[in-house]
Amino acid sequence: MGMPISHIMTSGMSGIRAAGDLVARMQLSKNMRIADAKDYVAKKLEVSTLDLSDEYVMRELRDDLGIGVITSVAGAPKGIAAKMNIEKLLDIKINCCEKFRNQVD
Amino acid sequence: MTTEYALRMGDGKRIFLTKEQIIADLEDGSADAADLGEIQALSGDEIDKLAEILMTPSRMVGVEPGKEVPVTHDIGTIRIDGDQGNSGVGIPSSRLIGSMMHERAFGADTMELGHIDYSFKPVKPVIAQEMQTMEVCQQNMIVPLLYGAMPNMGLYYTPDGPFENPGDLMKSFKIKEAQESMEHAAEHLTRDMVWIMQRLMSSGADGVNFDTIGAAGDGDFFASLHAIESLRKQYPDIYIEAGMAGELLLGLHGEMEYDGTTLAGLWPHQQAPLAAKAGANIFGPVVNTNTSRTSPWNLGRAVTFIKAAVEASPIPCHVNMGMGVGGIPMFETPTIDAVSRASKAMVEIAGVDGI
Repeated sequence: MGMPISHIMTSGMSGIRAAGDLVARMQLSKNMRIADAKDYVAKKLEVSTLDLSDEYVMRELRDDLGIGVITSVAGAPKGIAAKMNIEKLLDIKINCCEKFRNQVD
Repeated sequence: MTTEYALRMGDGKRIFLTKEQIIADLEDGSADAADLGEIQALSGDEIDKLAEILMTPSRMVGVEPGKEVPVTHDIGTIRIDGDQGNSGVGIPSSRLIGSMMHERAFGADTMELGHIDYSFKPVKPVIAQEMQTMEVCQQNMIVPLLYGAMPNMGLYYTPDGPFENPGDLMKSFKIKEAQESMEHAAEHLTRDMVWIMQRLMSSGADGVNFDTIGAAGDGDFFASLHAIESLRKQYPDIYIEAGMAGELLLGLHGEMEYDGTTLAGLWPHQQAPLAAKAGANIFGPVVNTNTSRTSPWNLGRAVTFIKAAVEASPIPCHVNMGMGVGGIPMFETPTIDAVSRASKAMVEIAGVDGI
């Protein structure tokens, strides 16, 4: 366990503490190299690329956008609800959200 | 008195080296990679930067603010509830709990779900269980959640599988028969991996992490590339990470090709374009750690190979940095000083897109 946590602390983007999940999604969905993925997400969030790993900036912004925050906020979007907001924010489709929509339509 | 810096051997043991020894080992390791891969060795400035990272007096180092990269994972939640065989810490928990712990407690950028055996083949009899778990995890997770498993083509040979063991055949000088056995195994492996991922995509998976591709040689890579190609055709939006098992693709078959390229003997910078051609989104290059060499030698060598792979790759590269790869000591609990230095070096010098 110590090794992945060491990588996260040394080089990682802190996941939903900041914007690591959003940058990873652009790499995984559009083959974007790191600089392009950060630029894309920063533009969508209207922040600088430096802000993407800044918990101080991202905490309130994620809360406002309803894309999931690290702490358990009662009533805030979580799971698929948060991912449906991420789809709109990043202009991508997420497989489980598509499945969810198909099941309720 | 000459200043000495506390570093590590490739097996993790603490050693003390002077600045001159560190630089000499960095240059020697880089030259070894350049010679083997026929690639550019690190420049003097890059060697100096690496030495500076290694000689930082603090226990842990970190990348400069703004240079952070996403981290993808192999083994996934099994490191929480698994046993020592998977380097697990044996905390009784469901895989949903393991996934959520990574997302909300550890700040993981992505996560993956995997079967306790962590090979594709044993997933087949329990596919409904895997689908159900994927559904429940996707309902609760926010970060990208892949399904992770090893192609592990060795499971298709006797005594574990239906095809005669190529090692046994080769010992009897039945080379053609050994090659045919590998071709049959590769065909079945491709079919199984595609079938499993079809089921998991129907359960909402974001995609797949093919982990330790090539562990059973060129046939393993051949099968994986064809599975990637097939999945990309069927699911244009599937997330695919293709992570390798070793730095050099072993030519157990020797004559298998993909897109006109012979697979045997490929180095990371030659593997990456093929993974991209097949349809992967992220390539995971590997450089193995030599336990008898120092961490400067291993890191100089690993950064040289990975830098070349990053430059040659048309897709993002997430370097493999687990135990015994990517300049990390070959030790079950790698020391934080060694991990953080290797991690920073890969981001700031090799220019990786992720880890």
